[in-house]
Amino acid sequence: MRSLALKELYEGFRDPKTIRALVKRIGIEAEKLGHDIHIMEVCGGHTHSIVKYGLHQLMPQNIHFIHGPGCPVCVLPKERIDHAYTLAMQRDVILVTLGDMIKVPGSKGSLQDARAKGADVRYLYSPLDTLRIAKENPDKKVIFFAIGFETTTPMTAALIHHVIDQKVENILFYINHITVPEPMQLLLDAKRSKIDAFIGPSHVSVISGTNIYEVFPREYHTPVVVAGFEPVDILEGVLMILKQCNEKRCEVEIEYTRSVTPEGNLVAQKLIDTFFEKRKYFRWRGIGDIAQSALQLREEFAYLDAEKIYGALLPDKEIDDHKQCLCGDILMGAAKPVECTLFGNACTPSSPLGSCMVSSEGACAAYYRYGNVR
Amino acid sequence: MKSITLAHGNGGEENGRLIEELFYRHFQNKILHQAEDAAVIGKGALAFTTDSFTVTPLFFKGGDIGKLSICGTCNDLAMMGAKPKYLTCAVIIEEGFEISALEKIVLSMKYELEKNGAIIVSGDTKVVPKGSVDKLFINTTGIGEIRYKGISANALSLDDVIIVSGSIGRHGASIFLEREGMEFSTALESDCRSLWPVVEKLIEADIDIKAMRDATRGGVAAVLNEWARQSDICIEVEEEKVPISREVKGVCELLGFEAFSLANEGTFILAVSAQDAPKALELLRSIEASSMAEIIGEVTTGYPQKVLLKTPYGTSRFLELPSGELLPRIC
Repeated sequence: MRSLALKELYEGFRDPKTIRALVKRIGIEAEKLGHDIHIMEVCGGHTHSIVKYGLHQLMPQNIHFIHGPGCPVCVLPKERIDHAYTLAMQRDVILVTLGDMIKVPGSKGSLQDARAKGADVRYLYSPLDTLRIAKENPDKKVIFFAIGFETTTPMTAALIHHVIDQKVENILFYINHITVPEPMQLLLDAKRSKIDAFIGPSHVSVISGTNIYEVFPREYHTPVVVAGFEPVDILEGVLMILKQCNEKRCEVEIEYTRSVTPEGNLVAQKLIDTFFEKRKYFRWRGIGDIAQSALQLREEFAYLDAEKIYGALLPDKEIDDHKQCLCGDILMGAAKPVECTLFGNACTPSSPLGSCMVSSEGACAAYYRYGNVR
Repeated sequence: MKSITLAHGNGGEENGRLIEELFYRHFQNKILHQAEDAAVIGKGALAFTTDSFTVTPLFFKGGDIGKLSICGTCNDLAMMGAKPKYLTCAVIIEEGFEISALEKIVLSMKYELEKNGAIIVSGDTKVVPKGSVDKLFINTTGIGEIRYKGISANALSLDDVIIVSGSIGRHGASIFLEREGMEFSTALESDCRSLWPVVEKLIEADIDIKAMRDATRGGVAAVLNEWARQSDICIEVEEEKVPISREVKGVCELLGFEAFSLANEGTFILAVSAQDAPKALELLRSIEASSMAEIIGEVTTGYPQKVLLKTPYGTSRFLELPSGELLPRIC
């Protein structure tokens, strides 16, 4: 097999000439449309690309990007961050998680603070590194703080598979996996923000496929175009949405054809299904309880479930955010980060009040980091 | 109760705040408040600086802690237009450290000192029980003779041109990969090297140097932001002009980093007057250490105290001071 250089994955997709050409075509279609259109990019990865590459600066006046709730760190309620903090502070526990979680503030502090107080908190590149850490520390319990949408769930499932297969006895799981379609539906039902079309998430759709979005054109008359994360992908996604509108079509389309199919990754889906089932409800920070929007370990794997084993230490009482924190409205697409009075003053990436400011996919972090030049 | 986190040592926002609110507040004096790479003392004749070195791994691609400890301090002097002359060296060694490894480190210090024409004139050795430090910490303090006066982060003005001496982010990216044991097939190595030989040529050619800084912790983003703030100007950078190697780009893509925020140990940023920019660029490119030099931007009045990154397709964004600990993203 020919080896693939990393640049081949993005180089053509940032080409200035292609970008200019697409912007021109978007201009023509937007003029044909003749009215305003509000496009929600569901995923925080898209929000970051839009602000980082300044794509919103290139849009005609009648096209508006609405930032969505697709940032797993941002929507995790404070009490669950506190749970991770509490677990990390237990004697003989090593808490491992993905890098983004380290800085997120709970009511007691972040995992970074827990680490400064002596807790053993480590970040991973691959959940499978947990196996090595567990083997190197046989006298410790290693708790994997699992978070993320459909994108990261298969990695957790693969780790569970190995833990069982290799009979590793000192790894537990604190599961916070959530799913995309339910909050999208809630946003349309709640009508807090005007959403005329969705740019669907890239990597989630690689796993789950695009069939999960069919409900949106069918029942909400809202088109979905699944686009990649590069500037050319996003612009082409916008163009495809405009064409649907102008041609009076309303459907699920794939721009990110190099990775996404309607069915998705069936092997990964099967692996997820082996270990996980839907939770009745999961509380989303700033949004509230959403039915069927998260996963939990199936009953037969309760012996791996830190949430059950340490249950007595993990109160489910809801912890409110700072009164002036607008994260809820921002996650619902009803406000932009700059409309929050705390933004950039009391709330910055180094002393965040809300997790939208710390996560690498948070809308506030994107606006702060790239400055939102208009 | 607040305690120190790793973010307080990142060379960015938290680091800056700790220095301002604690050290500057209690140690305050006019020289310290200049906030330059090295203090200017002795009626403007001498530059004086100190730096402590801790790095994992001690031996990395492109150098080791010994080379780094000489480059770091000598480069801080060179960035003030000073010829490095006399250094002190203090080492804190963990019990059990191999003497042969220590000798290897001392030899690379010696080699690097020769490149700078500097000597170690005083030193100190402490050995501490196992676990009290991570293998070896080195502090070096240096005095240099100022050969070019007036270089300052406060001296930039309208129309000055910003030049970078080479491709950025190599030290930060390379150390990160090695420290985390990530195995990539890559030619990436640290850019760690002494800068005085390059600076000496710039001075000899009588280039109108306004400011100079090696873009260490916090990277190019930290240097440009500090200049914009201290000189109350806007720096506009053409993103596609900034040299970034394929390897560094790759690491950034994979882990969600920004090359502008990654550390450099032998790449510096230079601000010169517009009329001297072509001459400075030509000179830099004629020297092997800075053969990849590029003009990347200029000083404007656009957004005072801000750094603006411009794309070739007509959009722009601010380049902010890096903040937090360097952490890889989720997905």
